[in-house]
Amino acid sequence: MRSYILKRILLVIPTLLGAAALVFLLMRLIPGDICAVRLGSGGGSYDPRALAACHAELGLDRPVWLQFLDFLWGFCRLDFGTSMWSGKPVTVEIAARLPLSLEIAILATVVAISIAIPLGAISALKQNTWLDYAVRVFAIGGIATPSFWIGILAILLMLDITNAITGTPWMPPIDYVPIWKDPIRNLSMAVLPAVTVGYRYAAVSMRMTRSAMLEVMREDYIRTARAKGMINKIIVNRHALKNALLPVVTLIGIEFAFLIGGLVVTEQVFNLNGVGRLFVQAVQNQDYTLTQALVMLTVAIFVLTNLLVDLLYGWLDPRIRFA
Amino acid sequence: MRFKMPMAAALAVMFAITCGTSAPASDEPKRGGILTYMIPADGGPSLDGHRETTYAVLHATAPFYSVLIRVNPDDPASTTDFVCDLCTEMPQPTDNGLTYTFKIRQGVKFHDGTPLTAHDVAASWRKIVSPPPGVSSARANNFVMVDKIEDPDDTTVIFRLKFATLSFLPALADPYGFIYSKAILDKDMHWYEKHIMGSGPFKLESYEIGQSIKGVRNPDYYHPGQPYLDGFVAIFAPKQAVRVDAIRADRAALEFRGLPPSARDQLVKELGDKITVQESDWNCGNVLTPNNSRPPFDDVRVRRALFLAIDQWHGAPALSKIATVRTVGGIVFPDSPLAATKEELEKLPGYWPDIEKSRAEARRLLKEAGQENLSFEMLNRNVDQPYLIVGTWLVDQFSKIGVKVTQKVVPTGPWLDTMRRGDFSVALEANCQNIVNPIADVGRYLPHDRYSENFAYHKDPVQVQLYDQMLRETDMTKARVLMREYERQTIDVGAHQLMVTWWYRIVPMRSYVKGWKISPSHYLNQDLANIWLDK
Repeated sequence: MRSYILKRILLVIPTLLGAAALVFLLMRLIPGDICAVRLGSGGGSYDPRALAACHAELGLDRPVWLQFLDFLWGFCRLDFGTSMWSGKPVTVEIAARLPLSLEIAILATVVAISIAIPLGAISALKQNTWLDYAVRVFAIGGIATPSFWIGILAILLMLDITNAITGTPWMPPIDYVPIWKDPIRNLSMAVLPAVTVGYRYAAVSMRMTRSAMLEVMREDYIRTARAKGMINKIIVNRHALKNALLPVVTLIGIEFAFLIGGLVVTEQVFNLNGVGRLFVQAVQNQDYTLTQALVMLTVAIFVLTNLLVDLLYGWLDPRIRFA
Repeated sequence: MRFKMPMAAALAVMFAITCGTSAPASDEPKRGGILTYMIPADGGPSLDGHRETTYAVLHATAPFYSVLIRVNPDDPASTTDFVCDLCTEMPQPTDNGLTYTFKIRQGVKFHDGTPLTAHDVAASWRKIVSPPPGVSSARANNFVMVDKIEDPDDTTVIFRLKFATLSFLPALADPYGFIYSKAILDKDMHWYEKHIMGSGPFKLESYEIGQSIKGVRNPDYYHPGQPYLDGFVAIFAPKQAVRVDAIRADRAALEFRGLPPSARDQLVKELGDKITVQESDWNCGNVLTPNNSRPPFDDVRVRRALFLAIDQWHGAPALSKIATVRTVGGIVFPDSPLAATKEELEKLPGYWPDIEKSRAEARRLLKEAGQENLSFEMLNRNVDQPYLIVGTWLVDQFSKIGVKVTQKVVPTGPWLDTMRRGDFSVALEANCQNIVNPIADVGRYLPHDRYSENFAYHKDPVQVQLYDQMLRETDMTKARVLMREYERQTIDVGAHQLMVTWWYRIVPMRSYVKGWKISPSHYLNQDLANIWLDK
């Protein structure tokens, strides 16, 4: 088990290296120039001397292969450099956004699991009843509707409803406060995005739970348990649901990893200063160092989440052994 | 001279409930309160105003800094009213306009308690005008006239010019001309890129990267009684819908850059007298730039035909209902004394009053040039307000003379890069300047070899000669005559580039925000010292 985990963690290194090299090359294929964006972003014109000084300062006047070697050397020393846009260490830039993204991802996952697993199981157990149809409509609605659109709608509804009731429109705060500083303000900012994102996430997981449950419920060992006179609650909870959760856990893991850096539009809708928004800014500004670091962070999160999911398999199904 | 379009009836109603450009004279400023406003961006690059150009940096940092001179905060709409901030009196130039001597206020302190002297002012301006190797100054080319800056004692700063020019004082009133501490600059010229320490009306409380910046009142501020606020919170909010909703819910009182007419109308409709709107012509405008070096746009007849196809006089009022544009003008900001009159403009292609006659001439020119079936791709920036709206309107205008145009819409980086490489036929760009400084502002129409950020890629020695003459002219009347010749050379004789509608700045704000007055630039009047809250 320990050697398995160690092997998986070591595998992260070449994966990160490959991803970083790929993004290094891809970023330089995009037309544009961070200095031109920075100096011309006000819509005005700028001094060519300022442009040359900017290139020299960022090391962009050096050959690309030299920049690549520098980047690799930094990577080996776990030095990801400074953001070309802000001049701050990329670790500082990411650390400023990661807590919010993690909080939204965790809350959305809690929302999704709390909805998806019970409803998915009920839908399967009550197959082809009105309850099943209602749950499926709810799930299809979640899959078909983009979460950012639900977010926009939620804000507008919140504004209109609070205005109608209190005469003063209300919306969630637009600036982040850590939960340990002001829990109420923090949660009032995070709950709405977590619910809107969690709904889509729940819908996908619900469909998966339902189909997995339907499959498991038709297995021989379930029929055997029933024939032995075991009560239905134990059959469902102890034998069916636990086995049906294997694909659901995989899905939840992938979705969680996606939520860390993938909530680009939702973060914009709720003015959340998260990793997704930072990612878009970095690409738009052609901030090579920051984009590279963010890609590596995303890859690391995916790899580690997958590792956790694999370890969970062992707990859910004791027949699975790691070698 | 300005030429405003007739206002829609709805706007007239709205203006009835707004204060226009100033707070009522009877309002006595109240002390206290925290102003929350939004910065419509993701956060600027560094914190160094000398180095950066985006308003995102200025809106976040201006309240922390003093400047030498500035546009009068009580009359920011004026394009010629400059007043002292750190100096004691606006100087009269001596030595045939070659020397400007500024006396610096005594008793001014930086936020760390150290005294601010003329040496700090001189060191800051030297960094802007002639930065040492490895240090960026975004506006160094506005100061080609400066020979040297002297600081003979603690209270005197002298600017010695190479030649006298009308463009010096407006350039000096640049809102990014923050005064830094000489002691800090001497230790590290890059220190201000990551830190804030000035002598302005507010002291830095906290800065959350990409999220917000907070300031608290500077009790040692040198303008008596100011600032009125206890502090401010500036929140970065790039998405317009968020900003409109936030003003509606009073999560923030305003944003200073400007919102489109639809957002203004929505807020006025929903908030009634709780919202006040200030509006102004904007020192920004779209510029139609044919690539003068690429066939068939190397033919002046083709370029002039494009300009003649555009009906600005009727198009601008219609566009103003949906976009942040409004006023028709030439290359000079319409409210400037150096701007063209309507009669002067109407002689230029792109401004003829009879659009049918204008388009008939355009078709004739295209036929003469053998370009009756002209089609091309117009490069545009993926920014809605107003680039995409104006671009779409232009596509329609060109179709009136049988020219087929498609828009190539790209993000800012590739848009700039494509123009820099000269790999385009026609581009829609913008001329947007911090402060109304007409002679400096029109320098961007000079050929690429003289002004590297001009993307028309034309050659025109006559235009260059006219500009150099104008730059050294100190008589306003004569400068105006030269400006007309330069404008005619740019738009008519050479048909190098065309100004396509000037932008219009609309700032809706919560009515409890008082004291702030709109200016023709979203870079001006941003130190928040004169703002107070009527709550």
